[in-house]
Amino acid sequence: MSKVTLHVDGRTIEVPAATNLLQALLEKGIDLPYFCWHPALGSVGACRQCAVQQLKDENDKNGRVVMACMTPCADNLHLSLDHPEAAEMRKAVVEFLMTNHPHDCPVCEEGGHCHLQDMTVMTGHNYRRYNFAKRTHRNQDLGPFIGHEMNRCISCYRCVRYYRDYAGGKDLDAFGSASNVYFGRASDGALESEFSGNLVEVCPTGVFTDKPYGESYTRKWDLQQSPSICGSCSIGCNLTVGERYGSVKRIENRYHGEINGYFICDRGRYGYQFTNDAARPRRARAKNGEVLTADAAVARAAALFKSGRVLGIGSPRASLEANHALRELVGAGNFFRGESKSCGELNTLGVEILSKGPARIASIHDAETADAVLVLGEDVLNTGARLALALRQSVRQEAFKMAAHANIPLWQDSSIRILAQDAKSPLYIATPAATGLDEIATRTFRDTPARIAALAQQIVHMLDSTAAPAAGLGEADTGLAREIAEALKQAERPLIVSGTGCGSAAVMQAAANVCTALAKAGKTPQISLVFPDSNSVGTTLMGGGTLDDLVHTVQSSKLEAVIVLENDLLRHMTRQAADNLLALVPHLTVIDCVATSATEQANLLLPAGSFAESDGTLVNNEGRAQRYFQTLVPKDCDIQESWRWIQQIARACGRDFGDDLDALTAACAAAHPKLAGIVNAAPNAKFRISGLKIPRQSHRYSGRTAMDAKADVHEPRPPQDRDTPLAFSMEGARNNLPAAEIPIFWAPRWNSPQSVTRFQQEINGPLKGGDPGVRLLAPDANARPAYHAAAMTENPGLCVTPLHHLFGSEALSARGAALQTKIPAAYVGLSPATAQKLKLSEGIKAEFEAAGVSMILPVRLKPELADSLVGLPVGLKGVPAIAPGTALKFIGIVA
Amino acid sequence: MGDSPLTLAEYKNHGGTEGLRAALKLAPHDVTTLVKNAGLRGRGGAGFPTGVKWSLVPMGETAPKQKYIVANGDEMEPGTFKDRLLLERDAQQFIEGMIIGGYAIQASVGYVFLRNEYFAAAENLRRNIAEWYAAGLLGDNILGSGFKFDLYLHTSAGRYICGEETALISSLEGKRAIPRAKPPFPAQSGLFGKPTVVNNIETISNVPHLLHYGADWFRSISKSKDAGTKLFGASGMVRKPGTWELPMGTPARELLEVHAGGMRDGLKLKAWLPGGASTDFLLPSHLDLPMDFDSIGKAGSRMGTGQMIVLDDQTSLLGMVRNLEKFFAQESCGWCTPCRDGLPWTVKLLDRLIAGQGRPGDLELLTQQTKLLGPGRTFCAHAPGAMEPLQSALKYFRSEFEAGIEQQKVAA
Repeated sequence: MSKVTLHVDGRTIEVPAATNLLQALLEKGIDLPYFCWHPALGSVGACRQCAVQQLKDENDKNGRVVMACMTPCADNLHLSLDHPEAAEMRKAVVEFLMTNHPHDCPVCEEGGHCHLQDMTVMTGHNYRRYNFAKRTHRNQDLGPFIGHEMNRCISCYRCVRYYRDYAGGKDLDAFGSASNVYFGRASDGALESEFSGNLVEVCPTGVFTDKPYGESYTRKWDLQQSPSICGSCSIGCNLTVGERYGSVKRIENRYHGEINGYFICDRGRYGYQFTNDAARPRRARAKNGEVLTADAAVARAAALFKSGRVLGIGSPRASLEANHALRELVGAGNFFRGESKSCGELNTLGVEILSKGPARIASIHDAETADAVLVLGEDVLNTGARLALALRQSVRQEAFKMAAHANIPLWQDSSIRILAQDAKSPLYIATPAATGLDEIATRTFRDTPARIAALAQQIVHMLDSTAAPAAGLGEADTGLAREIAEALKQAERPLIVSGTGCGSAAVMQAAANVCTALAKAGKTPQISLVFPDSNSVGTTLMGGGTLDDLVHTVQSSKLEAVIVLENDLLRHMTRQAADNLLALVPHLTVIDCVATSATEQANLLLPAGSFAESDGTLVNNEGRAQRYFQTLVPKDCDIQESWRWIQQIARACGRDFGDDLDALTAACAAAHPKLAGIVNAAPNAKFRISGLKIPRQSHRYSGRTAMDAKADVHEPRPPQDRDTPLAFSMEGARNNLPAAEIPIFWAPRWNSPQSVTRFQQEINGPLKGGDPGVRLLAPDANARPAYHAAAMTENPGLCVTPLHHLFGSEALSARGAALQTKIPAAYVGLSPATAQKLKLSEGIKAEFEAAGVSMILPVRLKPELADSLVGLPVGLKGVPAIAPGTALKFIGIVA
Repeated sequence: MGDSPLTLAEYKNHGGTEGLRAALKLAPHDVTTLVKNAGLRGRGGAGFPTGVKWSLVPMGETAPKQKYIVANGDEMEPGTFKDRLLLERDAQQFIEGMIIGGYAIQASVGYVFLRNEYFAAAENLRRNIAEWYAAGLLGDNILGSGFKFDLYLHTSAGRYICGEETALISSLEGKRAIPRAKPPFPAQSGLFGKPTVVNNIETISNVPHLLHYGADWFRSISKSKDAGTKLFGASGMVRKPGTWELPMGTPARELLEVHAGGMRDGLKLKAWLPGGASTDFLLPSHLDLPMDFDSIGKAGSRMGTGQMIVLDDQTSLLGMVRNLEKFFAQESCGWCTPCRDGLPWTVKLLDRLIAGQGRPGDLELLTQQTKLLGPGRTFCAHAPGAMEPLQSALKYFRSEFEAGIEQQKVAA
């Protein structure tokens, strides 16, 4: 990247040429206030806050005021931030904004992490000369996630630029004009975007606030926070979790340059509420409801091993440490991955495709910059939402190309959008049902997984004529395949997106084949696969039989007990199958953080910590091991990390699994060569900065001694954290933190999420010290694996296809009150033609039978669904877990 | 001009379409050169040389296929009604000018962006466009030249800011009427991202004659360095308010005293805005200045639209300034802070002064605002334009502002 020299108030700095003054100065750690600019949204020049004086040369004392965000960096530019004209302008702009902004900071949720507060202080504006009435607005009910207080608005236009331009939302807009601009919906109602929660962080003041946080509010500086990883899908977005009084209060985006950047989805932001549920299992107990002491419970579990064979069921949503501990406890041969055969096979295939090459594994950031994308089978918006937001940005590559051609700098957001209008780079989506990205797709293809695989095979044939063409494709589909192959060939950074979502090995294999064909054609293909759970890749790398193997073992051999780790069996098998299984199990021990069908039947229940109450390592869909850190230590209950329960059981059995996280992480890494890298996911518990741990509490944390005074006036000793370098304390090291272990993003004068620029190597680049996590998979770019055609058994009749819902298909997030308002009622999805054939219509209750299970569900018409498919929404209450592709029979209409 | 609008047949009898015929015989580039040589400057207010504007449009094989020419008829400048008269009475020359402009930049589509309230102009324009289509003068293969040009009328939803060419383009695209950052200039990325020229109605109306009679003729009919004639006007307490086509450089005094018939009985001229609300006040002592872009500019104002607004000695200066600022505050698009939030504050300060309840520091605040809302500080020229009458009023009539400060407050 070429550099230029700037002269700023006597300082000489080197900055990248291809940027604007504001970004360059911020990157250098120079404080310059701004509002409308956002690192992910670019410059538009609306707020006029970032005024600096541009001087002709070193002798020029006058110069002129320019807006830093709209001025390109040029070599030998002389600037002054201290110049009285520029300083007066910056102060005046805040004074203008304050003519209408209320003085409600003391009762405003934004207070203390408000960018407007920070900028006001930064400009020095402290006395308002405006002494007239302020304009007022009526606020709207924007649904369960977002609070609305328009009177605080400073009209920076960031909300609509983010919501509409960046995230593709349609139901938030700017209305009115002059000093009466209104940002809201046409009428009250829940915001429709899956990414609405980011408004909370995008808004520089308290117009859009986190509603659940506001309903149980704590000042930012009073939160105890920890770095976390989202457990709601396989993408592994980085989060910051905040706690007070024993409850998780909010989740904020935690910047990761390769994954989530500045934005997360609403499932990730609001999916934490289950952890605050008072009805969660908190005490160890036996089946008859008998409450046990933790020690007694551990002793009972340990006793099982004395008398016979114990099987363990792991979990794709539990940490590697927990899974590994269980595997060690029961023995590798007795350990089963907590997923069905069909799911396990898909995960294994996915990991194999990623590991083998030749495709590079695309991060979210790579996906954003891909200039041609082919989606095969995956409804990305509902299975890996953050990736869908990235694909929305990928189609802008065409606009950036046009801008480069027209000499418009890439940060000139509005100019690029004007130039490009609706021009988009290629995005092809081939899925069984309509997706939320269709509106930005170049073309879509709707058919069964087998036909999607056939389309992909034809694309392979177009790219590599030695590969066989697909049989049975019509002229239109062959043409589409040719068009897609051409687009991928023309691209510099082609990306293939697929995953386990449509439940088809054929589709995933076809995605791999396209990558191989692209590599053979001289391209550098990238691949992104979406997996079902937050640790699917990790547990797949660990290995073990599936639940189907477990059923077989239970049926064929004598055993003493089964231990279920953080797993709701009904997510992976039908109730009938689960009941049949458990009937054969003499003793069931369940370690989980929520009540499930398994905990109901457990002979022994050990309450486990949720993500907020434990530490551990997860491996995301790119094979990146990431560590999440405990936010709080639950009080007055038996809740502890699931792996700690297992460590204690092991000890009671006379075995030593250690007594902290690091022991298990190291053991897991040693036992599984493919997981060897996980010890480097984050510095371990021994890590210190100048001998100090990293505090989870801010330096302004208040009420520490009063918090528990209603019960005990003595200040309790804070919990000790022997698992990580973080401390449940206000005291410790706050500077030069390792990127994976930053609990609080804060810098002097930067109290809002905007402080992130102080932690980045360059704006929008990696965090200082490198983005967190370790990539475990190293695909070989030179590999040219043979084309596999996974068996395509097309069912002659109707068969099941899974339909995913961002809100509802994931088990834990779906338990939260805010999210629940967004979850659709159970249904069965049919194409209009199939519905007509079966004499069904929208809303009619119909009975179907599949895999020996009967289900009665109301019909929802899915106009683009293939006629032979019956869509079953994944994870919705009342919808059985039936393997994709299972034949399904229509029984009749239910009156 | 007669009482009823000119028909195409009548227009032809007066040399109509001759300019177009002359243009189509030239290469497009030569048409632009001729307009440049003729010295035609934009009549919308800024006075940018029209030929230069056209010459910025990419031409030739590598240029984008689709380009646009847009006529700015969003005439919302207070005191200005010249484009309305042109379109209500003689839209023929305007249509001819649009085709010539389209030919010069090789745009196959033209849009007329017309002020919402100009119903009569819209009606006449629609009728005239239909006439031109019927005569084969719009559409495919105009006059056998192979040049195709379609002309569409778009009536605005009614915002002053739509007169700003990039806001006009945003509005024409169906978006919020917010100005756009420059560069890129519309000539590079304008309407729908394509090269676009935006010219004022009056500017375009000059083009056919210039083509018909030549650049030398066009310069010869002016009294000043700026070529051609101009629609000048006067409003306020004059005997005969109106708009007249006069040589560029006609002295302001002739406008006021001859064409407008002088001040009404018993009234004296106190000050005048030379070309609409967004120009600086001038004094009676400036009346002998020739009305052209440079002369008025040197006197510290702008010729703007050349439609003078006259302030007499019986009307409140503060009241007039306040009315203007209220208009500008209301017409702000709301995009940038100083304009959106500064103008309403200005209005409130002026209101307070008018009520005699001004406070010490109010004048300093107003003076500061003329800088903070001035050129370079705001996103577009709207607020700087709004500051022009205020800053000149403060310069020439400061005592009248001071009189609005509440005396008790001063004593305190």
